[in-house]
Amino acid sequence: MRFTTNDLPGEVPMVVARDIRKRFGAIEVLKGVSLAIGKGDVVAVIGPSGSGKSTFLRCLNHLEAVHAGEVVIEGETLVSTDAAGVCRYAPEAELRRICRKMGMVFQQFNLFPHLTVLQNIIEAPITVKGLSRAAIIPVAEELLRKVGLLDKRDSYPARLSGGQKQRVAIARALAMEPDIMLFDEPTSALDPELTGEVLRSMRQLADERMTMLVVTHEMAFAREVSTRVVFMDEGEIVEARPPGEMFTSPEHPRTRAFLEHML
Amino acid sequence: MNYLIEILGPLLEGTAVTLQVFLLTLLLSVPFGLGLALLRVSHFRLASGLVNGYIWLMRGTPLMLQMLFIYFALPFVPLIGVRLPDFPAAIVAFVLNYAAYFAEIFRAGIQSIERGQYEAARVLGLSYGQTMRRIVLPQVVKRILPPMSNETITLVKDTSLIYVLAMNDLLRAARGIVQRDFTTMPFVVAAAFYLLMTLLLTWGFSYLEKRHAVYDE
Repeated sequence: MRFTTNDLPGEVPMVVARDIRKRFGAIEVLKGVSLAIGKGDVVAVIGPSGSGKSTFLRCLNHLEAVHAGEVVIEGETLVSTDAAGVCRYAPEAELRRICRKMGMVFQQFNLFPHLTVLQNIIEAPITVKGLSRAAIIPVAEELLRKVGLLDKRDSYPARLSGGQKQRVAIARALAMEPDIMLFDEPTSALDPELTGEVLRSMRQLADERMTMLVVTHEMAFAREVSTRVVFMDEGEIVEARPPGEMFTSPEHPRTRAFLEHML
Repeated sequence: MNYLIEILGPLLEGTAVTLQVFLLTLLLSVPFGLGLALLRVSHFRLASGLVNGYIWLMRGTPLMLQMLFIYFALPFVPLIGVRLPDFPAAIVAFVLNYAAYFAEIFRAGIQSIERGQYEAARVLGLSYGQTMRRIVLPQVVKRILPPMSNETITLVKDTSLIYVLAMNDLLRAARGIVQRDFTTMPFVVAAAFYLLMTLLLTWGFSYLEKRHAVYDE
């Protein structure tokens, strides 16, 4: 296993994953993945389908339970594994509180179809944080303005294009004021001409120094926006380097083969 | 015409009984059925299994048998031996039975909601209860309206089973007059009453469906 955890002196990393292992039945999809993400890092995770990159992302916020390893979010332990190999998660309430530091955007958007765009965004701040409508609506409207969809405020998701849906999903996640944003192939379900608008919103977020982990097939985005590119294959991190180096002089033959295929 | 007015009195009295059974059953079995469905889809294996058995029992035996059992046999069952008058006995049987059917409709509705909805709610910090109340169940309502309409119409007609407890519902009232006067006219009137109730229900449900059609999926 290649050790990829960065040393970040004097600063608690936003995300630390150590030796994450995950099986689906007999198939080991993550074979000990380690990664540390510092504040303001934009990490692009690339790799062939089935390489475990989405699963890795989903292990960070407990959408998937790991079989072994450790996840620490801003210094708080989500899950740890003791010397005997017993894997222990934080208690449910604690778990939810820690996971709330991470917003997530899904490939399939997963907007709530029975709620309007605005209602989608204010639902969690009201229900989970107990904010009043009066307090959150201006925030939601500002977020909608930011992603360029204020005019869709009262539309239902079914009336939106894929790119618009994904931008609403980004606004919805941001309304909970996360410290970290996880993107799980945010443009993979979109028509090619609609990916640009979503990537623009993500780039804007990166410019604001949001800590981001992005599983993506968008090599241009990885190259131009990310601060580090992680190449995963067959359940392991093969190589993790700044985009400049990764795309010009990849070290590992597997990385080279993948990039040649993608570019 | 005079004859029609004459028999209308007892038939309307019968309709009142029918409506009482119908409304009380609906009012009580829907929340009970929802509770059953939530237990059925929960991760509590034991509760889920018990509900499964309950649904099997209630759907696997005739409603009439259940009614007769509660009225005639329940008083002799050790520990819970209570003697219920006819009307409460009928209501208890109907609620127990219909809750099982409603539970299955609700379960199908709940399980038809995509996993992504739960995941989106979870990453936003909603608890399981909040996810059910705010995200899942509101969408379930829309999806189950057609089968609910079906089941509710069946209930209107099933109420006629209470005749076995010698209660004077619409059908029994009609039959009494038929046997007394040797004319089938009361049956025709009773049929018209059932059709009218069904029509009102159909309208009610299509109104609800329209109201939920403000969003597509």
